[in-house]
Amino acid sequence: MNAPVCPLPAAAEGVIERGHGGGGALTGRLIAGLFRPCFGAPPDEPLHDGATLAVDGSRLAFTTDCFVVTPLEFPGGDIGALAVIGTVNDLAMCGAKPLSLSAGFILEEGLDIARLRRIATSMGQVAAAAGVRVVTGDTKVVERGKGDGIYITTAGVGLIPPGVTIGPQCVRPGDAVLLSGDVGRHGIAIMAAREGLGFETEIVSDLASLVPAVAGLIAAGVTLHCLRDLTRGGLATALVEIATGAGVELRLDPAAVPVGEAVRGACEILGLDPWYVANEGRLVAFVPEPEAARALAILRSHPGGAEAAVIGRVAATSGRGRVLAETIGGVRVLELLSGEQLPRIC
Amino acid sequence: MKYVDEYRDPAAARRLAGAIRALVTRPWTIMEICGGQTHSLLRHGIDQMLPEGVTLLHGPGCPVCVTAAEVIDQAIALAATPGVILCSFGDMLRVPGETGSLLAAKARGADVRMVYSPLDAVALARAQPEREVVFLAVGFETTAPASAMAVLAAAEAGLQNFSLLVAHVLVPPAIAALLAAPDNRVQGFLAAGHVCTVMGYNEYGPIARRYGVPIVVTGFEPVDLLQGILSCLRQLEAGRAEVENAYGRSVRAGGNAPAQAALRQVFAVVPRIWRGMGEIPASGLDLAPAYARFDARARFRSAVGTPASAGPCISGEILRGRSRPTACPAFGTGCTPEHPLGATMVSSEGACAAYYRYRRAAA
Repeated sequence: MNAPVCPLPAAAEGVIERGHGGGGALTGRLIAGLFRPCFGAPPDEPLHDGATLAVDGSRLAFTTDCFVVTPLEFPGGDIGALAVIGTVNDLAMCGAKPLSLSAGFILEEGLDIARLRRIATSMGQVAAAAGVRVVTGDTKVVERGKGDGIYITTAGVGLIPPGVTIGPQCVRPGDAVLLSGDVGRHGIAIMAAREGLGFETEIVSDLASLVPAVAGLIAAGVTLHCLRDLTRGGLATALVEIATGAGVELRLDPAAVPVGEAVRGACEILGLDPWYVANEGRLVAFVPEPEAARALAILRSHPGGAEAAVIGRVAATSGRGRVLAETIGGVRVLELLSGEQLPRIC
Repeated sequence: MKYVDEYRDPAAARRLAGAIRALVTRPWTIMEICGGQTHSLLRHGIDQMLPEGVTLLHGPGCPVCVTAAEVIDQAIALAATPGVILCSFGDMLRVPGETGSLLAAKARGADVRMVYSPLDAVALARAQPEREVVFLAVGFETTAPASAMAVLAAAEAGLQNFSLLVAHVLVPPAIAALLAAPDNRVQGFLAAGHVCTVMGYNEYGPIARRYGVPIVVTGFEPVDLLQGILSCLRQLEAGRAEVENAYGRSVRAGGNAPAQAALRQVFAVVPRIWRGMGEIPASGLDLAPAYARFDARARFRSAVGTPASAGPCISGEILRGRSRPTACPAFGTGCTPEHPLGATMVSSEGACAAYYRYRRAAA
């Protein structure tokens, strides 16, 4: 009898680190190298905030997101509002009108029910404001010490209007790149609340539904080539992903990117780059240059959009997707972060 | 933002760059000491504004990069010791020793916590008397006073469960060691503004005189850096070798006296092994005898193992200004921020990380 053999020796793949959930290069590798092949995804299928499903002549957008934030309640929102807004924003980025949401709750034994009620109430309120309802869900409870109070997973479906196709593959040379407001507030607000960092000015998360702004753009007939909400990994990560996916070169005007004074100050102190800090209520839109001024006016007319700006342009197609930003002495290439941004020593 | 925007003003930067171009008559090699300055130079493209003959070499002033692999391995061993919480600054977590990084150790179950101040580690020790809290105390004269204050706070509170794994390093002995090397190419230094804010700049006078090099205390913003480079080049062109302060809004000759007093009280100057540079005499700080009870190495003698050997990476050559990141055959291929071979690729202040982040795809 032969000695026992292992038919599939486990490759030395290491272990999951925090950076795998950071939305940068490590996350990308996990999706491309593990999830997509395991799920049988066609390698050329574009990566976007949600999938598009053709159903009986209509097109549905379908998306899901998980939420694991500490603290559960923070200046400008809570995990419930975040879970609903994150998913409706992903639907909006497909150009879809949200139809229905699901919510899965993993609750930790000992969680205060009054707190759960506050969070669920805020979910109901922001969902109603986005014109959508949580229609199905699930609840599980884990032992005390095995969760951070509440984890929420939401999924959503939305209806894409006829004629609307949005994604990196639609980006064209010469497109204007619009940003819907100042960046970096959510990430710094969470970090300040979590670590007890006292700043002179309280920094409030930018958490907001982007559904009205996108609906406004579509209703006005603006040609939307690509939309992306800026979540973890921030503005820079979103732009690098789009440039790479579209195979185009973006040229940014750094001075045009709005960053609030308080966020700038906090980033200076902590050694963070605000372009890589998380947001939860900001988008970038790629539109044909002649429509940029009209699109900008629409973004500015929505709450929180006063600082919307044209921050750059798509250069002539180079086939080499990258993002360039002018500096004082030359040009800087934006890269995906390798893991999470960590505060520096000095 | 006040005190930032005016020092990032493109017009002011261009004026200084013009003055530098008008001044320079021959090639010069200048080293900026601090990794924060290295990143600012590359991020803002300051190096691209300088005339051809002016070469900037990147010095050993990144605290993460120069911390010996052996210290990281000791920290990992401590973190894996039952009952121990290992606290460190954020960007120390990714650096590889010979046995992996603290982040990887954390993923495998070690209790590693990121703190923003050594005092956070003291608070943790107070809140969890049943655990042993160890703070990995790394960095230059900028961070050492905070470590000293943490020891003083722990002593005052009578904490029995707080200790330090000390690897603090001092800048002037490293500059002297670089200048004493027979193959030294550095003709002038930009001293690190933050270090001098704490220590002042009186200790640089003897070095400038002995080795005949100008040393200019320099800040971190584009205008600061160009001002420091201009001052240094002016001295070089005029054949002067003096200590000059180009960061007057932050630095005084005598530095921060209370911070220095805390350092003298808690720490003693010792020889220290620098990653990539070897042992430099009188270049480190360790706990003074009166505070030896806070020494994690003594407290956990069995956990901190024997020293490991050096790896294949050329970061030592880079930290000594003998080579550049792009000259390394592994740069961007075998060595990336996700799979770093050396600390200079990992740290947010490391020279290799700066080139990878700002220059790799620009060519």
